[in-house]
Amino acid sequence: YAKLSTHGCISYVVFRFQMKVKVLSRNPDDYVRETKLDIQRVPRNYDPSLHPFEVSREYTRALNATKLERVFAKPFLASLDGHRDGVNCLAKHTQSLSTLLSGSCDGELKVWDLTKRECVRTLQAHEGFIRGVVVRYCGTSFFTVGDDKTIKQWTMETPGYGEEEEPLNTILGKTVFTGLDHHQNKSVFATCGQQVDIWDEQRSSPIRSFSWGVDSFSSIRFNPVETDLLGSCASDRSIILYDMRESTPLKKVVMTMRSNTLCWNPMEAFHFTCANEDYNLYTYDMRFLEKPIKVHMDHVSAVLDVDYSPTGQEFVSASFDKTIRIFPKNDGHSREVYHTKRMQHVICVKWSSDSKYILSGSDEMNIRLWKANAAEKLGVLSHREREAANYSQKLKEKFQHHPQIRRIARHRHLPKIFSFYRFGFSSTKPGSVPVLSEKEKHVVSVVK
Amino acid sequence: MAKVSKIRKSKKRSKVAGSSSKKPPVVYDDEQEEDVCGAEEDVSSEEDDGEDERKRQKLLEAIGALGGKRKHALAERSEAAVHMSEFSMTADDEADLSDLIGTIEKTPAATAQTKKHLKNLQRSKNTVECPLSKQENERIQRDVAFQKAALEVSRWQSIITQNQRAEQLVFPLNQEPSGPKPIEQVVMGWEARTPLEKEIFSLLAANKQPILDAVLTPAEEASVKAMDLEQVKIRRAERQKARALQSYYEAKARRERKIKSKKYHKVQNKAKRKEFVKQFEELVKTDPAAALEELDKMERARMQERMSLKHQNSGKWAKSKAIMAKYDEGARKAMQQQLEVNKDLTQKLVTSLSKEEEEEEEGEGNTDMLPDFVNDAEFKQDSSNPWMRGRLSEDPTEMELKDTMDALLREFDSRRKQRQDQESDTSAVIVNDGDDGVEEDQVTEDKVAEISDEEEEGLSEFTRMYRGIGKSLEKDAGSKDGSAELEEGLMRIRSVDDVDLLPQETPTEPQQAPTPQHQKSAEQQPSRSRKRKKGIELREVLTKETKVIKVPLAPTVTDSEEKLDQRVLIEEAFAGDDVISDFAREKRKREDEGKPKVIDLTLPGWGEWGGLGLKPSKRKRRRFRIRTEVPPPRKDQHLPSVIISEKRNSAITPHQVSSLPFPFENPAQFESSIRTPLGRTWNTERTVKKMTKPRVVTQLGAIIEPMADEQLLKGKKKVSARRRSRNTKTRTQPAK
Repeated sequence: YAKLSTHGCISYVVFRFQMKVKVLSRNPDDYVRETKLDIQRVPRNYDPSLHPFEVSREYTRALNATKLERVFAKPFLASLDGHRDGVNCLAKHTQSLSTLLSGSCDGELKVWDLTKRECVRTLQAHEGFIRGVVVRYCGTSFFTVGDDKTIKQWTMETPGYGEEEEPLNTILGKTVFTGLDHHQNKSVFATCGQQVDIWDEQRSSPIRSFSWGVDSFSSIRFNPVETDLLGSCASDRSIILYDMRESTPLKKVVMTMRSNTLCWNPMEAFHFTCANEDYNLYTYDMRFLEKPIKVHMDHVSAVLDVDYSPTGQEFVSASFDKTIRIFPKNDGHSREVYHTKRMQHVICVKWSSDSKYILSGSDEMNIRLWKANAAEKLGVLSHREREAANYSQKLKEKFQHHPQIRRIARHRHLPKIFSFYRFGFSSTKPGSVPVLSEKEKHVVSVVK
Repeated sequence: MAKVSKIRKSKKRSKVAGSSSKKPPVVYDDEQEEDVCGAEEDVSSEEDDGEDERKRQKLLEAIGALGGKRKHALAERSEAAVHMSEFSMTADDEADLSDLIGTIEKTPAATAQTKKHLKNLQRSKNTVECPLSKQENERIQRDVAFQKAALEVSRWQSIITQNQRAEQLVFPLNQEPSGPKPIEQVVMGWEARTPLEKEIFSLLAANKQPILDAVLTPAEEASVKAMDLEQVKIRRAERQKARALQSYYEAKARRERKIKSKKYHKVQNKAKRKEFVKQFEELVKTDPAAALEELDKMERARMQERMSLKHQNSGKWAKSKAIMAKYDEGARKAMQQQLEVNKDLTQKLVTSLSKEEEEEEEGEGNTDMLPDFVNDAEFKQDSSNPWMRGRLSEDPTEMELKDTMDALLREFDSRRKQRQDQESDTSAVIVNDGDDGVEEDQVTEDKVAEISDEEEEGLSEFTRMYRGIGKSLEKDAGSKDGSAELEEGLMRIRSVDDVDLLPQETPTEPQQAPTPQHQKSAEQQPSRSRKRKKGIELREVLTKETKVIKVPLAPTVTDSEEKLDQRVLIEEAFAGDDVISDFAREKRKREDEGKPKVIDLTLPGWGEWGGLGLKPSKRKRRRFRIRTEVPPPRKDQHLPSVIISEKRNSAITPHQVSSLPFPFENPAQFESSIRTPLGRTWNTERTVKKMTKPRVVTQLGAIIEPMADEQLLKGKKKVSARRRSRNTKTRTQPAK
C-alpha cells in the first residue's frame, strides 16, 4: 500500500501545481550500436582546443608507424629449389596466379605451383640454355626457345602417366634465338637472335623479319597496350622499336652502354624501361627518345632484368650485384632492396599478376618468392586493420621528409661492399669534365 | 641518249651501294629489283664492244631519214644472236624515246591527247631526278612509320595523365559490377555437368519446358497465340489480380506471424475457435452426418492430446521451470499457462448434440483430469473444504445486494440454523450449505467468472492463502483459536444479527496482535473491495499522510574544515619558497642577459708603456671598447608571468626538417601540409576515410590485365560527360 499511496501522492502533486519534471534524456540512437558487431559509438567533441598538440602527436605516431614497418618488414617468403643449373628465364602464367614456369641453363623447364611451393612438372625442353619462355595469352600452351636453334610449343597440361613429354610443335631456325615474346591477343609471337622475326603460330617460317645493321639482339618485348609495337635491345648498345604491321623498324636510340632487357609499362602505352649495363635503368617515352624521362640509379652492377608491376606504378629490377630493387616508376632511386646471403647474381625477375609478389631466378639455381611490399600483411584484413594500415601509411607519407623518419624508413642492412661500390670510385678531378645532366649523359644518338 | 646513260649510271651506283651495306632487308620487292639490275648489267657488258659501229650506223640512218618521206627500214638479221626482240630488233639495238614517239604518230589509234602530252614531254629539257638511294628511301619509310606509330600511341596521353593525377587507382581496371546478373546471362554460361543435372535437363527438354528463357512454355505460348487479344487481356488482368491478392495475403500472413504478443494470438485463436464453432453449428443444422464426423475428428484430437504428455508440465522445459518456480514468478506463470492450454485442448466441445452427456460427465471429468492444485481452483461444491465454504459466503456486501424479501426469508432460516448450530457446533456449515444451495450456486458461478477475469496475481494469492490455511488447519486442530475465529467470521457474515454487530467488531481487529491468519484476512478484504471500485479514491489518498524520506545530510562543515586544514598544511610545507619572486628574478636575469653590453678589449701595455698605475689612453679605450648590438624587443616584455625563450632547442633539432623538400615551393606550403591533422581524434569519420584513402587499391588474388582499348573509350566518355556538364552549367548560369 505504501507503494500505491506514494504513487498517488506524486500524481496528485503533478495534477495540482502543473509541475513539470525535467529529466535528463537522450536518444538511444546516439549511443546504442545497431548490432553487436558494430564498434561502440563514441561521441566525440572535435573542438581543437580539447585536442592540442596535433602535429607532435601525429609525428610520434608516424615515427612509431615507420619503426613498426621496419620491424614487420619480412619480404622473403619462399625459395623454390630443384633446378640443376642457373635459372635463365621465368614466365608468368597468363590465367593462373599460382603457376610459374622457369627455364634453366641446362635446358630443363619446370612448372611450379606457387601455393604449394613445389614443382609440378619437369621437362627437358632444349639442348643447352633455354633462352626464353612465354605463355600464350589463352594459357593453354607455352613456347620456349633455346640454344639448339629451335622454337618449341608445349601444352600446359601435364602428360598422363606413361606418356612422354612431346612438344606440340617444333620450328627449326637457321640461327640461335636469344629472346621470345608473345602477342597480347593474337596468335603471333616474336623472336630475336641475329634478327627480329615475327612468327605466325600456324607457319614454320617468319611472316616478317627486321634487321637494321645489327647482328645480335638480347631481348624483345611486345607492348601490352598498343599491342602491335615491339621493342628490342641490340648488342650495338641500341634499343630499336618496331611496328609489327610495317616492313621497316621505327627508330633506334644508341646509348653509352648496352641494354640487357626492356619492359613496357602495362598501364602507359608509350613508356618503357630498359635495364642497362651501366648499373642504371632508363625510362623512355617512345615518342621522344632523345633523352630518357627518368634515370633510375642504385644498383652497383649491371642490371640484368626488369619487370613492371601490373599496376604500372612500380617496377622491379634484377642485377648482377646480387640484389633485387624496387623502383617507383617516376623516382630516381629505389624504395626497396632485397638480398639474401645465398642469392647470387639475379638473372631474371617477374612481378606477379596480382601485384603482390615478386619472383626472382638467380645463378645459384633457386627461384625466390618475395612480397612486393615488405611489411604488408598478407591475406584478408579486417576493416579496422585496413583502416589503421591506411592511416599509418598516410602518416608516413606526410612526415616522410622529417630526418628521423626518413632515416629509419630508408635504412637497410646491406653488405659493406655496396657502400664501397657507391662511393669508391672518383678518378676525375672536379671540373675537368663538363657537367652534363644525368639524363643527357647516357644517350649517344637517336637514329631515324 | 644522254638521259638513258645517266639513268644507267645511277643504277650502277645504287648497285654498288647495295652491296656495300652488309644486310639488305629481305623484302620481296627489293629482290625483284635486284634481278632486273643484274639483267641490265649483262646487256651493258655485251654492248660495249660494238658501240662505235652502232653509233655510226645510227647517224647514217638519221641522215638518210632527213630528206623526203621517212622510211622505216626493217633491220635485217645479219648474224646469229641470242636475244631477239619481238619488235624485230636485236638486243644490241637501243630504243630511243623519239623512235617510240615516231611510231605512235604513225598509228592512228593513239589519241590526240596522248600525242600532245608526249610532245610536251619531248619539248621539256629538264632532266628527271635520279631516284633516292636505298638507305635514304628506307629512312624515309622508317620516319613515316614512326610518325604514324607515335601518333597512334599519343591517343593514350589523356588517360595516362588522368591516371597520374587521380587520387585513387583501383585495379583490375575492368571490374565487373557487383550484384546479381540477369538470369539469361547466368543460364547461358552454365552447363549441365553432373548426371543429375543432365537428367533434369533432358526431362525438361522432353516435356518442352523452357530452359533458357523461363517465362512461358511452348504450350503456353501456343495457347497465348491461339487466343485473341481481348481474351489475352482479360486473362492477363485476372492473373495480375490473382497475383496481387496472393501477395497481399502473403504479406498479411507474414505480418501477423511476426507479431510477438501472446495476447494478440490468444484473442486471434479464440476468434478462430468461435468462428469454427459457429460453422460447426451451422453444419449440424444442415448436414448432421458431416457434423458428426467432424465431431469425431475433434474427439480423436482430444484423445490424442490426453494421451500425450504434451502440455502436462513433464517435459524438459517444464522441469527446468519447476525448479525455478520457487523463485520466479514468471516461471510459475508459464507453467500455469501450459496447463491452461492443456485444459483448453482436452475440454470437450459443448454442442447441442452432446450437451446433456457432458453435463453429466462434467464433474467427474474435471476432477479426474487435472493433476495440479491449480485445477482445484475450479470451484466445485466441495463440502469437505471448510475454507471454501467460508469464502464463498463471506461477502457481506453481496448479501446486502440481495432482495429484502430473500433476506427476510433467509433470516428466518438462519435463525433456525443458529439454533441447530448451538445444538451441534461442528456440523453448522454443512447444514448451511444444504439450505441455500441455489444461492451458493449463483455465487460460485460469479466467483469463477471473477477469478478467470483476475490475472495471475489473484490466482497465486489465492493458492497461497489456501495452502496456508490448509496447513494451519492440519497443524493444530486443537488450537481452536484460528478455527474459532474463522467460524466466528463465518457466523458474523451469515446472520443478520451478526451484521449488526459488525461495526462494533471491526475496530477491535487492528488492536489485536496481528496473527498470520489475521493478516491474511486483512489482505483479503481490500482485494475484494478493489473489485468493486477499481482505481484510486482521492479522498482515501488525501487523508493519508505522505511519507517523508529522510536523506542524510552531507557533512559539509567537516569537509570545509578538512580543506582548510589542507591549505594550511600546504602553506606550512612551502612556507620558505617564494615562487613568484623567484620567477621575477629569473625573468630579470634573462632580460639582463639579452641587454647590450660593453666589452672592453683594450690590452694595457700594447703599443704603450705598461706597468703598475698606468692606464691605457682614452683613444685606445674608445677604440677597443665594443658595444654589442641592441637585440629586438623581447616577446614576453608585456607578459609578466611568462618567459619566452627564443633560443634554439638542441633536443628538437634532429627531428626538424632542415631544408624545403622537393615538391613544395615555399615553407608556408610545407608547414600547412604538416599542420592539417589526419587522425580521427581531430577529424570526423568521413573526413578521415577520405584523407586516408590509399592511392592504389588492388584486389586480392585478381589478375590485373594491361590497359585495353575499352579503357580508352571509357576515359573519353568520362571526359566528354564532364565537358557536357560543364557546358550545361555555363548555359544555365546566365538563365539564373
